[in-house]
Amino acid sequence: MQALTTEQIRALIARGKMKDTIFQALGIICLAIGLLVIFLLVGDMLQRGMERLNLDFFTNFASRKAAQSGILSAWVGTILVMFVTAMAAVPLGVAAGIYLEEYAKRNWVTDIIEINITNLAAVPSIVYGLLALGIFVYAFGFGQSILSAGLTLALLILPIVIVSTREAIRAIPAMIREGSMAVGATRWQTCRYHIIPYAMPGILTGVIIGLARAIGETAPIITIGALTFIAFLPPVPFTGEPPAGLFEWVMSPFTVMPIQIFNWTSRPDPAFEINAAAAGFVLMVMVLSMNAIAIYLRYKMRKNIKW
Amino acid sequence: MNHAMSAKNVSDLHQVSDRLSRKFTRNISERLIEAVLFAAAAVSVLTTVGIVYVLVSESYHFFQHVSIVDFLTDNQWTPLFDDAHYGIMVLVSGTVVSSGVALLVAIPMGTVIAIYLSEFANPKVREAAKPILELLGGIPTIVFGYFALLIVTPLLQKVFPELPGFSLLSAGLVMGIMIVPYIASLSEDAMRAVPMSMREGSYAMGATKLHTALHVVVPAAVSGLAASYILGISRAVGETMILAVAAGMQPNLTWNPMEPAATITSYIVQVALGDLPHGSIGYQTIFAAGLTLLLITLAFNIIGQWMRRRFREAY
Amino acid sequence: MLIHEKPALKAEARNLNFYYGEAQALKNINMPIYDKKVTALIGPSGCGKSTYLRSFNRMHDLYPGNRYEGEIRFFPDNTNLLSSDVDPIEVRMRLGMVFQKPNPFPKTIYENVAFGLRVRGETNKRVLDDKVEQALRGGAIWDEVKDRLQDLAPNLSGGQQQRLCIARALATDPELLLFDEPTSALDPIATGAIEELIHELKKRVTILIVTHNMQQAARVSDYTAYMYLGEMVEFGKTDEIFIKPQDKRTEDYITGRMG
Repeated sequence: MQALTTEQIRALIARGKMKDTIFQALGIICLAIGLLVIFLLVGDMLQRGMERLNLDFFTNFASRKAAQSGILSAWVGTILVMFVTAMAAVPLGVAAGIYLEEYAKRNWVTDIIEINITNLAAVPSIVYGLLALGIFVYAFGFGQSILSAGLTLALLILPIVIVSTREAIRAIPAMIREGSMAVGATRWQTCRYHIIPYAMPGILTGVIIGLARAIGETAPIITIGALTFIAFLPPVPFTGEPPAGLFEWVMSPFTVMPIQIFNWTSRPDPAFEINAAAAGFVLMVMVLSMNAIAIYLRYKMRKNIKW
Repeated sequence: MNHAMSAKNVSDLHQVSDRLSRKFTRNISERLIEAVLFAAAAVSVLTTVGIVYVLVSESYHFFQHVSIVDFLTDNQWTPLFDDAHYGIMVLVSGTVVSSGVALLVAIPMGTVIAIYLSEFANPKVREAAKPILELLGGIPTIVFGYFALLIVTPLLQKVFPELPGFSLLSAGLVMGIMIVPYIASLSEDAMRAVPMSMREGSYAMGATKLHTALHVVVPAAVSGLAASYILGISRAVGETMILAVAAGMQPNLTWNPMEPAATITSYIVQVALGDLPHGSIGYQTIFAAGLTLLLITLAFNIIGQWMRRRFREAY
Repeated sequence: MLIHEKPALKAEARNLNFYYGEAQALKNINMPIYDKKVTALIGPSGCGKSTYLRSFNRMHDLYPGNRYEGEIRFFPDNTNLLSSDVDPIEVRMRLGMVFQKPNPFPKTIYENVAFGLRVRGETNKRVLDDKVEQALRGGAIWDEVKDRLQDLAPNLSGGQQQRLCIARALATDPELLLFDEPTSALDPIATGAIEELIHELKKRVTILIVTHNMQQAARVSDYTAYMYLGEMVEFGKTDEIFIKPQDKRTEDYITGRMG
């Protein structure tokens, strides 16, 4: 092959650079499509649901008349379910993360646990709903209640909490651990006074991200039988006569935001589209604020760590 | 705490035995704590066991009434009719078609974005792209369902006037958009992990950025790319709400995306919305469907592990 | 007594300065590269020898914030390789580079060597086959791989990989071959094989080699340049530099008093 002349080389390079440019345009277009989708979605929900977004919307129960149908049961239910989810997922997930990072030895038992966590992260959420239906609702007898929902979602986000905990712990340099052990602290004392406090921001970030995911979950909650149309609120938590009355609310039927949206979206009556848009917008705001808090925490954390 | 454990005189002996007994109780409490922490970690195993148990036991009851052969080969799915048919392929077809549409969107788009961000984009663009992708990935699927039914379907109907109000196409396209962030970020991570020295080797030979990206970086990152695609497939197959809202929940054995159809997941939702007595065969069908779904997801996971091992990064 | 004839120039650095952002890494380098000769760059870590080498094929252009001042003239056409009118890609098509750590592409042995040819638009199978064989012979690795050209390159041993990378660079008939510490990641036997190869190669192509191993420079090169803190301290025939260095700094480095 003869060496290429300068003109040939220059032509080759020009062609190659044009392909570069075309591909860059393609990349930007794809990103723009993503941006467009976000704008279209949020814009539509805001525009369509605007007229419904007033105080009444938040304080009304669902009703057959679209104009008076509100999300009271839904957002109260969401908060209560999230509370149970957090109460279950945080101790379980953090404890599991601590065990795997600080205590577990490299043996087949640990391997099985880790394989399970990875696999569970890939299980479709509706399968969690089936699990909850069989075990929480019927076998344990918790019924179609806030408790069942909270526990289901806790299991769903458990892998997220465990992974964040482990990563937060791994970021702590060995010398801190060694420093603590060197003065004679036990493993648990090291965890309690050093590891957990330092890992806390990272753990918190992971928990918030997990909850932000759980808030939007619909399928498992439908499966365990959340009601799609309710016009009442669960009993106020921790009131009522002790001991059983304190926890009446946890066994109560309920609904949550995503299900309310699902209910309204599925109705043929176009008036309810407005409600769906408004509720969808509220849900997006909830999810976005939680993600924003998590990002902010992560940022503050990076600034404060001085090792 | 660094006291020597030897007694220097008699009165010290008390302190020593106190410390010894404290050490003993400290040991017990340490062991207890470790056990509690272990139990927490074991919950994940219990969860898997629970899932398998629930799905298998209910399916077992189901398969007492319905033969596996019928289940796999019947071409109708009408479990709640008097003349009940239990052909899972009806639901599987919906799942396959919607996932197919989704992946036709998500894999090219996600890969292009990943290559662009990893090989071309300057840091400012990359910073701007991150929140866009995170946002897209954080939108609840029910909201995507709303998007598909009330925004995308009418838009599509302008192009295809014969498109019905519920369709696998509309739901599939939106599912694809939902999956793009997963594929894009995992693929980008895989590509960023390719060492710069490999790129320099290519540039030093006079190759352009695109040529280097396609012929050197992508092949080097193939294992990570494959993993991201498999994750995308899993997400598509397991997705529920977008399909429940926008694809209609009518079982329909079809390979045409322009039709409404139920998927394995949306069928389960449909049943759960209704009232089925616990223990009835209708109730059991959702577990048989769930088991099928789990097996499909598992199969893809295993394929993913295999591919990861086969295409081990060659650097 | 032989008349000293100055060999032909292949390249020449003229008043070359280089800045990584604010920091100046090369200070007023003036140095000839003689055609079909091996020139070695030696000096302690951080003296700028790799920076200088990588200026030839504009590798610094890949990263933001870098700046060249001065020229590198390339012959016979007397082009300034650093000129903003000259496309770096064009420069890289004329020069070849072998890196410190062997970096074969995740492809077959054949495709690794054919890579540069395909970049130039060559698609004719027979031409590719011929050039690939030629290059692999030139890299002294043909006999070892001729029966397994379709094997994946990363499966070769370190020394073989590096010879493959040399073959890859040779396939496109470069006018100047740049070696960036090519044997520092290899064992002594592989190192020896490559040094022998360089001896053969210089009959066909001009070579500029950076090495932190003085003995290697003495073994392999015709001309040597000693660099220190970004400056070209001394340049001359290898024999003269190692036996009778003119500059005290050179002498300190060579005798091991420093560096």
